[in-house]
Amino acid sequence: MSMEIAIPQPVERENYLNNEYGFWSWLLTTDHKRIALLYLVSITFFFFIGGFFALLIRLELLTPAGDLVQADTYNKLFTMHGMVMVFFFLIPSIPATLGNFLVPMMIGAKDLAFPRINLLSWYLYIIGGALMLHCMLTGGVDTGWTFYTPFSTNFTNTKIVEAGIAIFIAGFSSILTGLNFVVTIHRMRAPGMTWSRLPLFIWAHYATSIIQLLGTPVIAITIVLVAAERALHLGIFDPKLGGDPLLFQHLFWFYSHPAVYIMILPSMGVVTEIIACFSRKRIFGYHFVAFSSIAIAVFGFLVWAHHMFVAGISVYSALVFSFLSYAVALPSAIKVFNWTATLYKGSIHYDAPMLYAFGFLGLFTIGGLTGLFLAALGIDVHVTDTYFVVAHFHYIMVGGAVMGYLGGMHFWWPKISGKLYPEGWAKLAALIVFIGFNLTFFPQFLLGYMGMPRRYYDYSHMPEFQVLHVLSTAGSTVLGVGYLLPMVYFLWSMRYGRPASDNPWNAAGLEWKTSSPPPTFNFDKEPVVTWEAYNYDELDAPVHPQEVPVGR
Amino acid sequence: MADSTLIGLHHEEEHRPELLHHFADVTQQRNAASLGMWVFLATEVMFFGGMFCAYLVYRTAYFGDFAAASKSIDATLGATNTGVLICSSLTVVLAVWAAQTARRALLISMLVVTMLFGLAFLGIKGKEYYDKFEEHHVPGASFSFDHVPIPGHPGEYANPRHAEIYFSLYFVMTGLHALHMIVGLGIFTWLLIMAWKGRFTPEYHTPVEIGGLYWHFVDIIWIYLFPLLYLIDRHP
Repeated sequence: MSMEIAIPQPVERENYLNNEYGFWSWLLTTDHKRIALLYLVSITFFFFIGGFFALLIRLELLTPAGDLVQADTYNKLFTMHGMVMVFFFLIPSIPATLGNFLVPMMIGAKDLAFPRINLLSWYLYIIGGALMLHCMLTGGVDTGWTFYTPFSTNFTNTKIVEAGIAIFIAGFSSILTGLNFVVTIHRMRAPGMTWSRLPLFIWAHYATSIIQLLGTPVIAITIVLVAAERALHLGIFDPKLGGDPLLFQHLFWFYSHPAVYIMILPSMGVVTEIIACFSRKRIFGYHFVAFSSIAIAVFGFLVWAHHMFVAGISVYSALVFSFLSYAVALPSAIKVFNWTATLYKGSIHYDAPMLYAFGFLGLFTIGGLTGLFLAALGIDVHVTDTYFVVAHFHYIMVGGAVMGYLGGMHFWWPKISGKLYPEGWAKLAALIVFIGFNLTFFPQFLLGYMGMPRRYYDYSHMPEFQVLHVLSTAGSTVLGVGYLLPMVYFLWSMRYGRPASDNPWNAAGLEWKTSSPPPTFNFDKEPVVTWEAYNYDELDAPVHPQEVPVGR
Repeated sequence: MADSTLIGLHHEEEHRPELLHHFADVTQQRNAASLGMWVFLATEVMFFGGMFCAYLVYRTAYFGDFAAASKSIDATLGATNTGVLICSSLTVVLAVWAAQTARRALLISMLVVTMLFGLAFLGIKGKEYYDKFEEHHVPGASFSFDHVPIPGHPGEYANPRHAEIYFSLYFVMTGLHALHMIVGLGIFTWLLIMAWKGRFTPEYHTPVEIGGLYWHFVDIIWIYLFPLLYLIDRHP
């Protein structure tokens, strides 16, 4: 293979990608970096399946009449979109790919604490995913991703049990990832890597893991109860038999609200790394950013019933949950303010990862603030189950989580693949994603505020909403292009990209102190940490003038 | 720059077959395994926690019906099972002690006795399920719970619907607990094989320790299940 001549490298050195070849060297690997890539391929697959459903939904809403698909099909489309995106893309997205790759490297370990359990978690994900695919191909589910009872247990004829088992299995994959991270972060840190020297990416993953560990088992048992109820008509959630559907909603949201933080916290960790690097500054308020991750994880468990304000819970408990929901805004705001303060007087570089981080900052702020609207009882009653809610959570989960994920993919791609992606295309893609995203989802805020209900496939009695729906559908195609582009040029760069140096961004952090791509055991000798996190002032100080890069 | 004494410290440990490549030393490996099991048990608490929550909600709402349904279960079997599990916890502790002090014969016999206790538990549980099946107390089409008086309220009868919820929770909770016992038996079979081959030494017996942790945890779940399910408003 001929090599580009940009940086002279005599022989390709042995790394985790070229030390072994062949099918089984991947499927039986216990190397966290290879497992991260296995996850990357699988979640990308599910991302495009989920995206395909989303495009069909948007196409149906192009006209007020229900003309593209029938009502039943439409119900299945948004259900499968939600289930695939939540359980098979967003939950594993950053933790299982970037987290898997980076957590051991950032703390100076050779691997995660339990490499075989790590591989098992990928297999569980694949088994769950295969079941979900089978479920989709043989009819799918139409309850919405929330499985609300008693519709899901007594009325619908769709494949609730199969989808439930798929999610149950995928849930265990998520639990095992969290377990591995917690033990690794506690027990595997390199000498000198104290808790307050940890990159904030690690703190974010630690907080995420806590939620995965304590939340996921609850939805697992809830799904077991739903499946048992459906098969045996137990009556646990059936009001006709003395059961209480609200109990289901409580159990469901006890996991599924914190699950939002499983999606957004890792993204926050990514953005923290990117902002520090491309502002060339130590992150402002390190300890506040670190503990705000933990605070989000803890508060996140105390707010679930704000999904149930109109479901018939007591007014007093609604009041309490409303106040508690405001509490989550505090640590989130602490993060946003600290990122902003880091940018202040920073030496800002507008590379592609930073563009995604900026996108994250703006979109997460909008998503977060509209979350406060929804936490307020009065407004929530007005906009419950409208497109306002749809727009709000897409700003968090897509505008926030996916932006962070893409930013992280760009930031660490040189480390993962050892190749540079084309910077111009990457900047263009970031711009397209940002424009496409806002065009898709901002009109939905307006639609929802004017009263467009969610989950309607036909709005012919309110044709005045069509303009905004057309904008949204147009945006979704732009967004689709924005998501396809990075996949194309990442794949392209694996073959044709220029080789990346060990530290192309001149970034702080242990993962940049090893080669790109890293050797199988990450470091040639065990690192010893003697510096603080984000020591950009030291990195940029010309201590050894001969080592200063003269431009790239 | 680099503190060379710190590097040296982690490499002077001699190579042991059980030390996996990515750990610096045996202590780190043991600590990681043990923390891993504790974290896993935390997830188990939440797993059972969802059901305990459902149980508490309905027990509060339908106390009389739950008491009547609970009374139909043979508490003697439950109490015997409680005793069996407490004894098995003792034998697990003895097994760990035997592993620590290199008593291979004792280790093997304690593992076997623990598994026998486990099997006895499952047998008694099976008898209990069989009785419930005979009495048509298994939720489903053939469920019947008519004219069962509510304890302490003469003349009042339990609502069969609400009793069915009790039995649903009873079967799901004890069923999942029994499933955990079966998994425990699997773990102990593996421990037994390893112990037979003489793999455990005073320096390396982490699997016995964390396997034991798991067994104790399953016992503790039962310690909560027994009073909650068997002893609702029972009077001599």
